[in-house]
Amino acid sequence: MVRSQRWKGAAFTVPFQLGFVFLYLIPIGYAVHESLYRSQSSGLGLGGTTDEFSGLANYHQGLTDPAFLDSVLRVLVFACVQIPVMLLISLLLALFLDALTSRAAGRFRILLLVPYMIPGVVAAIVWINLYSPDVGPLTPLAKAFGLDWNFFAPSMVWPSIGNLLTWHGIGYNMVIIYSALQGVPRELFEAARLDGASESRIALSIKVPYVRGALVLTGMLSIIQMLQIFNEPALFRNVTPQTVSDSFTPIMVIYNQAFNAGNYHYAAALSVLLALILGVASFLFYRLTAKEAD
Amino acid sequence: MALTEERTRTHPVRRINKPDPAARSRGGQRFLLVGLALASAYSLFPVWWLIVAATKDRTALYQSNGLWFSGWHLWTNLHQLFTYENGIFLRWTANSFLYAGVGSLGGTLIALATGYGLARFQFPGRNLVFACVVGSFLVPIALLTLPLYLLFSKIGLVDTPWAMLIPCLINPFSVYLAKVYTEAAIPYELLEAARIDGAGELRIFFSIVLRMMTTGGATVFLLAFVNTWNAFFLPLTVLRGEQNWTLNLGLYNWSGKRLESGVDLTGLVLTGALLSIVPMAVMMIAMRRYWRSGVTLGALK
Repeated sequence: MVRSQRWKGAAFTVPFQLGFVFLYLIPIGYAVHESLYRSQSSGLGLGGTTDEFSGLANYHQGLTDPAFLDSVLRVLVFACVQIPVMLLISLLLALFLDALTSRAAGRFRILLLVPYMIPGVVAAIVWINLYSPDVGPLTPLAKAFGLDWNFFAPSMVWPSIGNLLTWHGIGYNMVIIYSALQGVPRELFEAARLDGASESRIALSIKVPYVRGALVLTGMLSIIQMLQIFNEPALFRNVTPQTVSDSFTPIMVIYNQAFNAGNYHYAAALSVLLALILGVASFLFYRLTAKEAD
Repeated sequence: MALTEERTRTHPVRRINKPDPAARSRGGQRFLLVGLALASAYSLFPVWWLIVAATKDRTALYQSNGLWFSGWHLWTNLHQLFTYENGIFLRWTANSFLYAGVGSLGGTLIALATGYGLARFQFPGRNLVFACVVGSFLVPIALLTLPLYLLFSKIGLVDTPWAMLIPCLINPFSVYLAKVYTEAAIPYELLEAARIDGAGELRIFFSIVLRMMTTGGATVFLLAFVNTWNAFFLPLTVLRGEQNWTLNLGLYNWSGKRLESGVDLTGLVLTGALLSIVPMAVMMIAMRRYWRSGVTLGALK
């Protein structure tokens, strides 16, 4: 390639590079910088505040802050339950679709993708109202079966959010797994059938191992999203603030520190910590699933 | 059905390779159909409930069976929604369209240029740029949004439409998709031929590459539009006054009014929620062909 042409090629990426510097690198750098300082009230606290270098003190505070650690743990435990359930249902539905004719599969796929078309905030609003004892049909329905359910009770709030996320995520994950299933060479099934394998056996021993990659990917994306969960609990907090505290999830802790406590420096340190936790979690998940494959 | 035709056209082999349904037991098929029908019912009933709820007046909303109609008050509800607080809902709708439309259009153009540059040119630092694109997928939104808020407030952008529009211009996932699409759609030979004919690089990009990338470009635009329309954390952080809010932000605020000030806006929230789905549904159905490939491409990440 001619030299001048190379630079012209690089020029196409310049708008993005500039934007990336201003909207990614500088903000991240600024957050790291802010996280190393603390506001100190000068004199008797009447003369305003000044920023003083405090090294890693904010990080130390974050790593020993029960509110932050609890929120991380809460979300991690929740992720360990909700993500496998959601992926299992998605996988099952993808296998079902794969066993149908393409015409029938196409119809069901559109229906199952409807929740994915709905904005996350709207999905949360809809489910919160479905759960609501005043307007929702679910509480009377449970009562008809003799169950006295309060979907906003402390023990029920995570299952309630989990159901919402599962409902919202099944279609998208199913499509990814389904398109991976489409890539399985069909000759394998013929051979297995000739050997007398049942359909469920074929699904378990051929199809599932074949879509491992898609499962790892959807799992990874779900973990990254889950650690940053904010919208759903924030909307639940609107109707049940006594159950969903203002430090329910890590991002809620950070938002609260920044905008309610006005503690930007500490919030910056917590967001850097969250980024590190996210990196470690993704790496561990990737290593764990890659190892199993050997 | 158009979908199936489309697929058989592009992959003629697949239909033949599909398992022969006659080869499996009827009971098995029935089991699959029942399972899928149940899952579809689970997927659809909340939307059904929302549609029904939007047609009810307050009494019916609280007292009638939620899964069936009781009176027809949709027009009254819409009228109330559009006139509440001097039509603030229309303002939020316009804002959402502005941010998602203009932001995604600019973002898509930048992403296509970047994807093209990354896919079809060798230049020093190319790998570094691509590493930035992929690496940014792991950056949590709080780590970007909080400092962005501080920086924007220093230059007076907080609480203006720019605070939403500027971040939409740079979307690493769009760049990633644009690169993948360029690699698939733009052959090197074509570019060489255009160069030999004396076309400048800019001209090649605007009159050849962009035209050949309509499918890829539409997908990138669609996904960016959906993302911005659905955004919540960024607008919540950088938009303070309700004149600049998005639909999401407005609905969030209304749904909290009941506990905050005792004003029950549930009816308005539900009608508004239904309306805010409409553009998404129209867009996704109209661009079905494109976004399916986009959903699947996401899997390549």
